[in-house]
Amino acid sequence: MDADDETTAAMIDDEIYANGGGEDENRNRPIISGEPLDVEAYASLYGGRTKISRLLFIAEQSRGCRNEAMELEALRMAYDEVKKGENTQWFRDVAQKIDGRLGPEYQMDLAWCESVDRRAEQKREKLENELNAYRTNLIKESIRMGYNDFGDFHYSHGQLGDAFKNYVRTRDYCTTSKHIVHMCMCSILVSIEMGQFTHVASYVSKAEQTQEALDPITVAKLRCAAGLANLEAKKYKLAARKFLDTGHELGNNYNEVIAPQDIATYGGLCALASFDRAELKACILVLLSFVFWNKVIDNLNFRNFLELVPEIREVINDFYSSRYASCLDYLGNLKANLLLDIHLHDHLETLYDQIRNKALIQYTHPFVSVDLNMMANAFKTDVAGLEKELEALITDNQVQARIDSHNKILYARHADQRNATFQRALQTGNEFDRDVKSMLLRVNLFKHESNQKQSKKS
Amino acid sequence: MEVLVVNIQGLSTNPGDLPNLHNILKQAHDSLHAESIRLLPLLDMLDPSLHSLGYLYILEACTSSALSKEQASAVVLPTARFMNSCSKEQIQLAPEKFISVCKRFKDYVMQLEAPMRGVAPMLAAIRKIQSSSEHLTPLHPEFLVLCLLSKCYKAGLSILDEDIFEVDQPKDLLLYCYYGGMICIGEKRFRKAVELLHNVVTAPMSVITAVAVEAYKKYILVSLIHNGQFSTSLPKYTSSVAQRNLKNICQPYIELANSYTTGKIADFETVAQKYQEKFDNDNNLGLVKQAISSMYKRNIQRLTQTYLTLSLQDIANSVQLNSAKEAEMHVLQMIQDGEIFATINQKDGMVSFLEDPEQYKSCGMIERIDSSIQRIMALSRKLTTMNENISCDPMYLAKVGRERQRFDFDDYDPVPQRFNI
Repeated sequence: MDADDETTAAMIDDEIYANGGGEDENRNRPIISGEPLDVEAYASLYGGRTKISRLLFIAEQSRGCRNEAMELEALRMAYDEVKKGENTQWFRDVAQKIDGRLGPEYQMDLAWCESVDRRAEQKREKLENELNAYRTNLIKESIRMGYNDFGDFHYSHGQLGDAFKNYVRTRDYCTTSKHIVHMCMCSILVSIEMGQFTHVASYVSKAEQTQEALDPITVAKLRCAAGLANLEAKKYKLAARKFLDTGHELGNNYNEVIAPQDIATYGGLCALASFDRAELKACILVLLSFVFWNKVIDNLNFRNFLELVPEIREVINDFYSSRYASCLDYLGNLKANLLLDIHLHDHLETLYDQIRNKALIQYTHPFVSVDLNMMANAFKTDVAGLEKELEALITDNQVQARIDSHNKILYARHADQRNATFQRALQTGNEFDRDVKSMLLRVNLFKHESNQKQSKKS
Repeated sequence: MEVLVVNIQGLSTNPGDLPNLHNILKQAHDSLHAESIRLLPLLDMLDPSLHSLGYLYILEACTSSALSKEQASAVVLPTARFMNSCSKEQIQLAPEKFISVCKRFKDYVMQLEAPMRGVAPMLAAIRKIQSSSEHLTPLHPEFLVLCLLSKCYKAGLSILDEDIFEVDQPKDLLLYCYYGGMICIGEKRFRKAVELLHNVVTAPMSVITAVAVEAYKKYILVSLIHNGQFSTSLPKYTSSVAQRNLKNICQPYIELANSYTTGKIADFETVAQKYQEKFDNDNNLGLVKQAISSMYKRNIQRLTQTYLTLSLQDIANSVQLNSAKEAEMHVLQMIQDGEIFATINQKDGMVSFLEDPEQYKSCGMIERIDSSIQRIMALSRKLTTMNENISCDPMYLAKVGRERQRFDFDDYDPVPQRFNI
């Protein structure tokens, strides 16, 4: 009898902790336990400037976490990439950061710097002469291309401000909408690199106005850029919508800014933090399509990062089916790698807090009373901490409930509308009273003033 | 002089003779002033309620020059009797004289250090000279000063409960509201105090006066006690001089208000310590202490919103009190004052918070709602009449006539031609 009771009790407990219906299959699927990021695989997803800036960011963060192996790996790859380009400033930075730790091949190569600089100077003179010639000839198209070339030149040498200025100058010489779109895309690219996302937003809207010249890939790129701008502006709901709207036509076409996996990740996290249940369900379906597409591309070499995408989908699935403990666990494990992402880094804490709060609110929503001990178990925290979190949510008016601290129960509380209405009515009456009386008084005083002025005049 | 007295006695009885009497008195004005205090015995021959006008003139002449302490004490009693019993109609003929007599009366009473003697007569005097209960006379602030000095706050409150709409002198209003605010603070009627002080701060003014500054300081403290918050931005209708300057002059108070909103009692107390001397000099130290205790109360009230039951120790911890015993005392006091609804279970050391038992179903509540409605309807009517009056005002019409749009000549013209300037 006793043994029976115990097992049934354990089973009941299990079910209660699960607190969700639906898919009961993989209760013991493999958890990615914060496997360190494969820097090479990660970097191969990108191209252009963003590759190097992401590598440098990873190196910076690893240095903060004292993960020297990862830092050196990132710096090594950055060095190789920078040497393929023409940005001597970056080269000097990377070499300095490496500080001789990677052996003689990865030292400061002043000769290379000087030769690149010399070539750059020559090229700049040539471009300037050409531009002046075009300007005197007043041929719009060549002037536009001249400024464009200048912009490209500055961009590849890391002078982002000058690049931006030159791209913007082409605006006056654009004759077709294709030109305008090209200008917008270049400006967006440079603005993202500079971190000036207000420009990104304005140029995205400018480009979207020229409907005719936009092919699906450009549309997808613009949506991505808009999503990034919203993310930086902390408008997570809008960002999620933009990212999920991007669709898989983007492919690898925008990897000088963002990889398709990133779209899924950013979009998924923002959606989790800000969507309601209906939108969340739609989000899961969109992310499913991402997974399919990626499997088609057959990137078997890049397993670790690729598997992040189905993880995000699983996280959202868990949240939707109320398996909060595993959802929050997964998120915790992914955190270390997500912190290395250049765009997510500043927002991860906020997003995680919002996700956790949403989980708490969603847990308590359907119940009239909730036992705090069981809730603490479901969220894998202790009762005192949970009480504090709930107190904050109640004060913020996100949960309508009250805590019975003696018995550790949360009771849902529905405001008595009738009483509240009476109270508000009486209060409004008092305020009206007070305001009108002081207004009448002031009118009287004004009359006095004006009477005095009248009598002074006359 | 005897001729004058006879005249007064003769002409005072018939209302038709009063203008005549008034002229005679005006002519005798200078000679009366020359005699000054020596006229005092004349007063015994007159009856203040029948011969009010004459009595007034003679009294005014008596008090016109500076008096020594004994002379002052001799004058005080007849003046008080006069203020209590004079005839309203006769007084209305020479209001400025009456007001100046009352003001000097107040000075003598203060000189004799017996402000309480002046309270009742001054109240009577106000009633005599007011044209309606909504009228603010220059005597109102004097009366409130006497109440404050003699600590007869309840007498002051009886005047304050009447609404004021007509004002003779703006300066009177500012002083009235300031003193009124202080009386309300003394009686712990903080809502009315906030109203009055708000009126001072937002009154139209062209220069910053000391009254406005002091009123602003108290206003900050009282709104912290009453509302638990204070916004440094003054409403739009405040005069621009006030908006620009008040904040700079009252910097320590603004700092105090900012530390109150953080909710941390320790911070608030440090700021209070820092500026303690300043607060003391302004006589606001008591208010600051009340603000500190109101902070505890507010924190406990916030707890009632989130908890159904809470242990006394937890209350002490979250409100930053020192022990459960102190928490118990605070909660007990608040329950007695009706600020929260709760029961304390001493066995467990638990406090259960209850809902407001007011169900809005009782007769008393219905009466209250009904009277509110009546009052607000009356106010509404007042507003409409005021609107109508202004629409008929020639100056307003002239301005509107000047600025209105001109359409076609044949269009219906709402403003008559006479006002086409």
